[in-house]
Amino acid sequence: MSAEKGRGAGGEGRDNTSPRTSAEAVRVTAPLGAEEARSLRAGTRVLISGTAYTARDAAHKRMVEILAAGGALPFDLSGAVIYYAGPTPARPGKPIGSVGPTTSSRMDRYVEPLLAAGLRGMIGKGERSAEVRQALSRHGAVYFAATGGAGALLARHIRSAEVVAWPELGPEAVRRIELVDFPALIACDAAGGDLYQSGRESWRRA
Amino acid sequence: MREISAADVSAAVERLASEAAYHLGEEELDALRQAVAAEQSEPGRALLQELLKNAEIAAQGEYPLCQDTGLAVVFVDWGQDAHLVGGSLQSAVDEGVRRAQKAAFLRASVLGNPLTRKNTGDNTPAIVHLRMVPGESVRIVLAAKGGGAENMSRLEMLKPSAGADGLVEFVVRAVSEAGANPCPPVVVGVGAGGNFERVAELAKRALLRPLGSSNPDPELAALEARMLEAANHTGVGPGGLGGTVTALAVHLETAPCHIASLPAAVNIDCHAHRHKEVEL
Repeated sequence: MSAEKGRGAGGEGRDNTSPRTSAEAVRVTAPLGAEEARSLRAGTRVLISGTAYTARDAAHKRMVEILAAGGALPFDLSGAVIYYAGPTPARPGKPIGSVGPTTSSRMDRYVEPLLAAGLRGMIGKGERSAEVRQALSRHGAVYFAATGGAGALLARHIRSAEVVAWPELGPEAVRRIELVDFPALIACDAAGGDLYQSGRESWRRA
Repeated sequence: MREISAADVSAAVERLASEAAYHLGEEELDALRQAVAAEQSEPGRALLQELLKNAEIAAQGEYPLCQDTGLAVVFVDWGQDAHLVGGSLQSAVDEGVRRAQKAAFLRASVLGNPLTRKNTGDNTPAIVHLRMVPGESVRIVLAAKGGGAENMSRLEMLKPSAGADGLVEFVVRAVSEAGANPCPPVVVGVGAGGNFERVAELAKRALLRPLGSSNPDPELAALEARMLEAANHTGVGPGGLGGTVTALAVHLETAPCHIASLPAAVNIDCHAHRHKEVEL
């Protein structure tokens, strides 16, 4: 893993007026190691491979309720990456249907307890709250942005999928997925970098 | 009197829903290609290219354009000289939506109750907007409306003193605050006038116009151009990563209103802008 330090956007006193995204993608493996997660920088293009979980609104509510009651989750959160997504049904012979990111901010209120339980990465679309960005720094975690509305393209980067919790939630059930070179950008890093903020600031004309 | 069967309505809706999920329209593809040429930020251009590639993959018929295949919003202009036989309009539309969900592998994105939040499992019911019109033909337009973009919509009862400037300011603020959430570059439907419920529908109907077409009233067309320019100055850009193409188009529709009111609504559509129509 070789996060290209100094090429990311925002954070650590870099020039916030000229955000860059790296041309070369960095390979990242999920679940994430603690050191790896801390070293990733906003603006870096990544290709994520390995094991992750899909979860969105309904599953997050359940996860946080279980943790608050002192219970154990039906899947392992240590170093885990959660993909905010609810796929279309898989066609016969395909592991999954169309599966792009959903709006991450709806999950903001659930992030802190999940990070405390070991979560180290999230994939979604859209800005995160100041609280979430601070929590990323505290826990050494990272937030990846995938392209919203590219669910067909992204589906080709998922090799397998299996429902591991709450099948009754349908598209909102938790699925364990195997990612292969899943394309994303580091949007928010553990050093306070935020590609959404810096990108937008540098192009604002009003 | 001409008879139109509920089964024909169902078949038409099924076809529209399935087509909307897999096939981006030519106008939408053109708009994305023009956006690639216009966008000044490199990550913005890369993202737009990804969307064109995504549309190519979806058109092969295995994966819908987006996992959010949307809530089916169905606009029906029913000729008053035609008689619907064999079922109610709502049940005929829902049957079409239900069949498309199964046959085209669309996501069940509808909950039976907003608070208890249990999924109905077949993407029904649809939202049906019915107008009775002269003649005996029936026009059905289906909009597959994604939740991310719909959530970023806004309605405000502006003061009449706000005027056109206030309307522009309201629209641009909605686009700016929506940021990356509605999957920009967005298509912005704006309603002004009518009343509380009319203005929301106006904004949504504005989205049904051919993408990028101008309002026939030159003053309103100029206002659309001004809102589009201002939206593209927010810096949001493709995917919200920063850039110069935040909106592909702004469509404005107006209606008469009360002397005390200036109702205003913004209905945002994502870049997929999925609308399909048919005449029966």
